[in-house]
Amino acid sequence: MPYILCFTVNRFMSPIPLSYYLVVSTLIFFIGMLGVLTRRNVLIILMSIELMLNAANINFIVFSYYLNSLRGQIFVFFVMTVAAAEAAVGLAVIVYLFRNKNTVNDDEFSLMRW
Amino acid sequence: MNLNWTAILPEIFITLTALGVLGIDLFYTRYQKDKTLNAIVTLSGMGIAFLLLPFLSAKTQIFTSLFVLDPLAIFFKMVFLISGSMTALISINYLKMEGFDLGEYYGVLLFSILGMMVMASANDFILIYLGLELMTVSFYVLSGFFKTDLRSNEAALKYLILGGFASALFLYGISLLYGVTGSTEISYIAGYLTEQTRTGADSVAGVTSAVLSHPLLSLSLIMLLAGLCFKVAAVPFHMWTPDVYEGAPTSVTAFMSVGPKAAGFVVMLRVLLVALGALEKQWMVILAVISILTMTLGNIVAIAQQNVKRMLAYSSIAHAGYILLGIVASARVLTAGSASVVFYILSYAFMNLGAFTVLLALRKEDKQTGLMVPAMDLEDFSGLSKRDPLTAFLMLIFMFSLTGIPPTAGFVGKFYLFMSAVDANLVWLAVIGVINSAISAYYYLRILVYIYMKEPKVVQSVDNSSSLWVALYVMALATLLIGILPNLLFNVARASVVSLF
Repeated sequence: MPYILCFTVNRFMSPIPLSYYLVVSTLIFFIGMLGVLTRRNVLIILMSIELMLNAANINFIVFSYYLNSLRGQIFVFFVMTVAAAEAAVGLAVIVYLFRNKNTVNDDEFSLMRW
Repeated sequence: MNLNWTAILPEIFITLTALGVLGIDLFYTRYQKDKTLNAIVTLSGMGIAFLLLPFLSAKTQIFTSLFVLDPLAIFFKMVFLISGSMTALISINYLKMEGFDLGEYYGVLLFSILGMMVMASANDFILIYLGLELMTVSFYVLSGFFKTDLRSNEAALKYLILGGFASALFLYGISLLYGVTGSTEISYIAGYLTEQTRTGADSVAGVTSAVLSHPLLSLSLIMLLAGLCFKVAAVPFHMWTPDVYEGAPTSVTAFMSVGPKAAGFVVMLRVLLVALGALEKQWMVILAVISILTMTLGNIVAIAQQNVKRMLAYSSIAHAGYILLGIVASARVLTAGSASVVFYILSYAFMNLGAFTVLLALRKEDKQTGLMVPAMDLEDFSGLSKRDPLTAFLMLIFMFSLTGIPPTAGFVGKFYLFMSAVDANLVWLAVIGVINSAISAYYYLRILVYIYMKEPKVVQSVDNSSSLWVALYVMALATLLIGILPNLLFNVARASVVSLF
């Protein structure tokens, strides 16, 4: 029996089915993806990327619960750390963009095209 | 638990050197204009890590097999350290001339190398992700290193947004794979999926196991491929490459076209051939299509470029396509295919770094201000052979090698790649590869036409700092030596991949 199909694992009380969590995480992932693709403010794009990372985090935690394995939860700690580092560097880049161009709208940054 | 610390000694050493370089900057060279000391410490750190590598026992797994040190990892770590030290050498004078001689540059460079080294040894998706992010975040910083230059800013922004997007896709793929297989460890996933293939074959003929045909597994495969293809700049995910390569400082571009690409391919070898080896029928078709698109688009768009830096960016996309061809072939002929991939990456590292170094060394006089600025356009190369025959000749070696003309590394590398495709019964793929390298001859040799057959149009000068020339000679010699004595290194490459399977 593949792990993924074991929805009925009944541990402490009747759990919320796995598919509910997966639907939520997929929704969050696609909201983030749409944010990156459609929003023009660089700050909001960065926030959308964080949303995508957090969707993956939900997956890890849910799977970790259903699989009785700790790996997923440990992974989430690392992802949070990495996301923080990425946000720090991202904000530094944005600060310099703003100093040089006085805007954080990514349509304004189009010096290079093919 | 096996805590054999010696296996991560090179990584520890690189970390300490990186922190040391930042410390030197803080306490010693802080008020000094000249940061050569930082570069020297960086180089010696990388040199010691490089010398340590051959003495470590290959085939160690530590930290509950999170981290593996096999010959493949050692080979790739050597590639990273060599290309990293070449980058440090060519950066010294370049940063001074551009007015951004800051000590952090070397620290961040070392951290990016650390990320690549971790990726080369990762036997678990946790470590792959961490190494990948360490490398990528360092490159966000490096590509935006010329803080007041708008192009550099723009490169950093584009890399940041698209890189973050690709990492998120990759991570989501990992999370789904974790859910389907129950672990993030590569060897466990490989064993689990192979077992599923076997049980599936046992039950009803023609019906594969429920796991192998599960939609989440296919989805995770596609997301992992998207993330990896972004890192190696393969076609549907190549959009960032020309812009970031053009905007970033040239020394960073040189390294970015070699290091992250090699790291992406070593992860690809481990993930596709080992972890997802059971799904090879699925990813082989996808990768074959991606490989053809990558080669063709890279080569055709490169023809239209007037800016040499941008042209080399497209050429590096095309080379990613050739290497992907090797990975497709290694789905059928495991050892020969992946050995040719590893060999090509090494020869590509030398020739591409060399081409970027010549571009970096060449400067022209700006007509308005009279200052010497970096030469970027094809026109700026015209008549270089009359002004500086030696530089012109080195560029000739690198361009011949990138085209694939004997007796250079590029020829042998392409020969092994296309041969492995033929061995794998993928003759059509090899033919497309050969046609593509014929197309690429047009734009590589066009530079040589400008260098050797045209009269100078602008006042040129070539950076004559000794550090840059040491690197340039090493790369030119390596390009020629690999081309003349390929067997030596090919046997090493073959030995390094044997341990993988």
